[in-house]
Amino acid sequence: MKSLADLEAIRAKTLENINMRKDENAARVVIGMATCGIAAGARPVMLAFMDEIQKRNLQHVTVSQTGCIGMCRYEPMLDVIMPGEEKVTYIHVKPEMVPRIVSEHIVNGHPVEEYTIGAAKD
Amino acid sequence: MRDLSLHLLDLAQNSITAGASLVTVGLFLEENGMLTMRLEDDGKGMDKELLERVTSPFATTRTTRKVGLGIPMMKENAEKAGGSFSLESEVGKGTVLTATLDTKNIDCLPLGDLSGTLLSLMLTNPLHPDFLFEGKSPKGEDTFDTREVRAALGSDIPFNEPSVAAWLKEALDEVINSIFGGVLI
Repeated sequence: MKSLADLEAIRAKTLENINMRKDENAARVVIGMATCGIAAGARPVMLAFMDEIQKRNLQHVTVSQTGCIGMCRYEPMLDVIMPGEEKVTYIHVKPEMVPRIVSEHIVNGHPVEEYTIGAAKD
Repeated sequence: MRDLSLHLLDLAQNSITAGASLVTVGLFLEENGMLTMRLEDDGKGMDKELLERVTSPFATTRTTRKVGLGIPMMKENAEKAGGSFSLESEVGKGTVLTATLDTKNIDCLPLGDLSGTLLSLMLTNPLHPDFLFEGKSPKGEDTFDTREVRAALGSDIPFNEPSVAAWLKEALDEVINSIFGGVLI
């Protein structure tokens, strides 16, 4: 049974990490989570990012959401914004694509071209 | 929308956009199979004119398109599952959305990953607002209140910190399990 008392230990451990995540050098993942995004499967994608970040214990990454980006046919869509670089937009993202985006793009700095909007055929 | 938990995630977004500081989610399953989903917020509310218009697919607050399907799809899915849909709202006080569905109806959507929806809401709104979840079924009842979590964790720690997120996930799974007994309808 999870108890609220666990949270005090978590608090002590996380206080120092928080400042790192706030800094401007953090990578940002922004997921479209309006009706269109949710219906297309944005929720498991968002949870997969949180999972992967925890598994790899990445400190300099934030995950957030935005509304409808306006290209509903490409949902689930997300942007990865690395510090000091142009944003990269990924389309039709599935949870199983997330580990590759995290390792190749966020960790190693090489966008996964074949998943980006630039590779869209239509 | 494939299931009710996705509708919930979508509709709760309206409450957050309305500037709510507390979003209350209620799911109540009766012995006879009727399920009530209730979403209450203390956001800015809607005036009469908007309230009447909002169940139309052609009413939306977004600026990228002229259609908004969240509320109309929920209404349709409730009504085709032998249930009903209602919205009450008062400017400055907030909004209450209630949908009922007959879970024995063949057209009733499954409940889906409720725990995933609640977790998503908390992770994408890491510092504000608060969420109160109340659930009841013939198998049990339980609640989850993020105000209690914040009181123990400290309000300066966002919910999307990985170690906090992991705690929330397990805690939510336990709560959902104790309400619906593990097998979701």
